[in-house]
Amino acid sequence: MELNNIEKLLEKYLEATTTVVEEEMLREYFTKEEVPLHLKEYASMFQYFSIAKEEKFTKKVPLKPRKRSYIKWISVAAVSILIFGIYFGRSYQEQREAEYAYQETKKALSLLAANLGKGTEKVAYLREFEETKQKIYNKN
Amino acid sequence: MQQTEFLNVVLPFKDKLYRLAKRLLVSKEEAEDATQEILMKLWSKNNMMEGYNNVEAYAMMMTKNFCLDRLKSKQAGNLKLVHSNYKDENVSLQNELEVSDSLSWIERIMEELPEQQKMVLQLRDVEQYEFEEIAELLDMSATAVRVTLSRARKTVREKLVQKHNYGIK
Repeated sequence: MELNNIEKLLEKYLEATTTVVEEEMLREYFTKEEVPLHLKEYASMFQYFSIAKEEKFTKKVPLKPRKRSYIKWISVAAVSILIFGIYFGRSYQEQREAEYAYQETKKALSLLAANLGKGTEKVAYLREFEETKQKIYNKN
Repeated sequence: MQQTEFLNVVLPFKDKLYRLAKRLLVSKEEAEDATQEILMKLWSKNNMMEGYNNVEAYAMMMTKNFCLDRLKSKQAGNLKLVHSNYKDENVSLQNELEVSDSLSWIERIMEELPEQQKMVLQLRDVEQYEFEEIAELLDMSATAVRVTLSRARKTVREKLVQKHNYGIK
């Protein structure tokens, strides 16, 4: 590129009105070609910028696999299942106990009823006795 | 997102994060730590990250804020940044080393710039960002970016010319 052009571009460069493309042209000029002495400082600047762009981040980044959130949710689920389990388990137990008590009561009541039936049977004998007694009394 | 996928997303710009961090924090170790921290933060925010269409801009913003915060707390705690990656200026007087010498001068000159100018110069002349991108990143107007950049370029050039002249004398 012509020196004249370069000088114009440099003027724009200092005023920060150059575009990225124009700056790329300058960079190319100053890193490749023989530079006149009065522009030497620009050569160092553009060379520095190109070198600075080469610097790399080489450190390893220890990325922990993100298990934490899973574990958290699993524990939440486990706790809720446990609470539900206890709650429903207990009510089921109560229901069974109630059922058992009902059956027992029913058994006891039916036993009572059977015995009561036996009692009336016996009372029927008594009436028979009474009738015969009356018959005997009447005859006399 | 899986780990390898994440690394692929981050790969194109992780060096940029590091270079910006180093420009601000100067020390290589500090910059490495900062970059590492930023990448780990990004990783932990992974699900959120997919919402951003420009992850690079977001990461650069994080890096900038992180480094500025660190500098601020350093200042408040009255601690000096310790770093060992300075080159000794007086070692080389030979002509062959003159070039690399003036390169390290530029680094020194840039260190002395105000933070805003440092960042603008880094983003434009090293990373070749557009003005609009820089403006958004630094929360400045495009005009302000231009003015800052012009000032930074002029300062670097002037100081460099001064050094060159001292060298001749």
